[in-house]
Amino acid sequence: MGTGIHKAIRLHPDDNVVVCIQTLQAREEILIAGNIATMANTIGIGHKLACKHIRQGEAIIKYGVPIGVATENICPGAHVHSHNMKSSYIETYLIQ
Amino acid sequence: MQFTGYLRNDGRKGIRNTLIIVYLVECVHFVADEIAAAHKGSPVHVIGFGGCYPNQHADKVINALCTHPNVGAVLLLSLGCESFHKKQLLKNVAASGRPVHTITVQQAGGTRSSIREGCEWVASALRDMAAQPQAPMQINELVVGTICGGSDATSGITANPAVGKAFDKLVSMGCAVMFEETGEMIGLEKHMSGRAVSKELGEELNNAVLKAARYYTIMGHGSFAPGNADGGLSTIEEKSMGAYSKSGSAPISGLLKPGDIPTRGGLYLLDVVPDGEPRFGFPNINDNAEISELMACGCHIILFTTGRGSVVGSAIAPVIKICANPETYRRMQEDMDINAGKVLTEGVSIDIVGDEIIARIMDTAQGQPTCSEALGHKEFVLTYKSFEPAGPSCLPS
Repeated sequence: MGTGIHKAIRLHPDDNVVVCIQTLQAREEILIAGNIATMANTIGIGHKLACKHIRQGEAIIKYGVPIGVATENICPGAHVHSHNMKSSYIETYLIQ
Repeated sequence: MQFTGYLRNDGRKGIRNTLIIVYLVECVHFVADEIAAAHKGSPVHVIGFGGCYPNQHADKVINALCTHPNVGAVLLLSLGCESFHKKQLLKNVAASGRPVHTITVQQAGGTRSSIREGCEWVASALRDMAAQPQAPMQINELVVGTICGGSDATSGITANPAVGKAFDKLVSMGCAVMFEETGEMIGLEKHMSGRAVSKELGEELNNAVLKAARYYTIMGHGSFAPGNADGGLSTIEEKSMGAYSKSGSAPISGLLKPGDIPTRGGLYLLDVVPDGEPRFGFPNINDNAEISELMACGCHIILFTTGRGSVVGSAIAPVIKICANPETYRRMQEDMDINAGKVLTEGVSIDIVGDEIIARIMDTAQGQPTCSEALGHKEFVLTYKSFEPAGPSCLPS
């Protein structure tokens, strides 16, 4: 596989998440903000990974703007999605 | 950039010459489909309104579509007891110079005799349409709409900004272009108002988004499907950022309601969320319901971005599918006109994909079928809604 730099991109300098530009397999390694993180699960293309420590209640920043709020503390390299963030507007509907 | 269009009496030009069969209530939808099925291979599409109760919005949209520049002839199918204002519709289509005919199934003697009469009329109208005058058409006479469907987290970083680039170029060439789905601009209203050509229009844009936020909150569901989340989108704000990038960076010239036709070039927002208290349910129940309204505003061509992979096309206006996700593109190539996912896999610039979209628009305007046209897609959806007319500052003077 390619090096970390080719697996995820940060869309804006203010972002606290990066975006996967390919599907990442479980146990695959990726370089995020200078540190190597190992994927706990398979993560699909386009999904977000934290590139900083994000505290519960802190805004998730992507494209340089808030796209929701962390519902728990999130470590760098962790998958950021509906299990640990929520909308500040309308709740996201998911099929359980 | 010039090509040949079908010249209509109102001066507008079409890039297709399609006969539409219009059912005025669901009760005769089957009869309409049977007549169309007998003309497979000819440009015959079915549209219609399923409801039996009257609705001003549906009336406006159907009238606009029956006189759409891509339409060359119209067969109206009535059961006989529905509320649709079919006599006024017939007059309006006849006044536009198009061949038009009404079949009332209760009087024609039922299913079989209506299909027979319909098939005879369609065959003769198709012959008349072959004599439709043609005229040179410039790119600035095109009206282009955009929509995203089956979005995922790649949509906002590849296909949507590429459409934004194409929109910027089309606006600079003098085209009217439009984006829609104010339910996917929630949180962005301030930024969008700042792009309006006047302060008053800015307020209208802002209010349109606030209206959408309230409407969707009452519905208890945002403009967000479970597949969006599977594709990596976590919230409506995140989806909105991606959707909004389809609008590019041009100033916003106006705010349209479904059926309003821009009279000059520029970038327009189409407000698809009903006015007043929610009465008829979700603003748009699916992507084709949005496409119907874009077409009612005169769109010749629809730019449809998708990440998860939609296969739809449309009656009347060709749909160009721009696939955002390279993994989806590999699976569904036959349905996709453009692979915007190569921005991620090959490092191709958004600008180059924007140029590819413009080239595809030109090919389509010159008659080359899009993927969904070649596959035979002709979806159409129209539901109940209620709108107030657009305010005085919404359209360029």
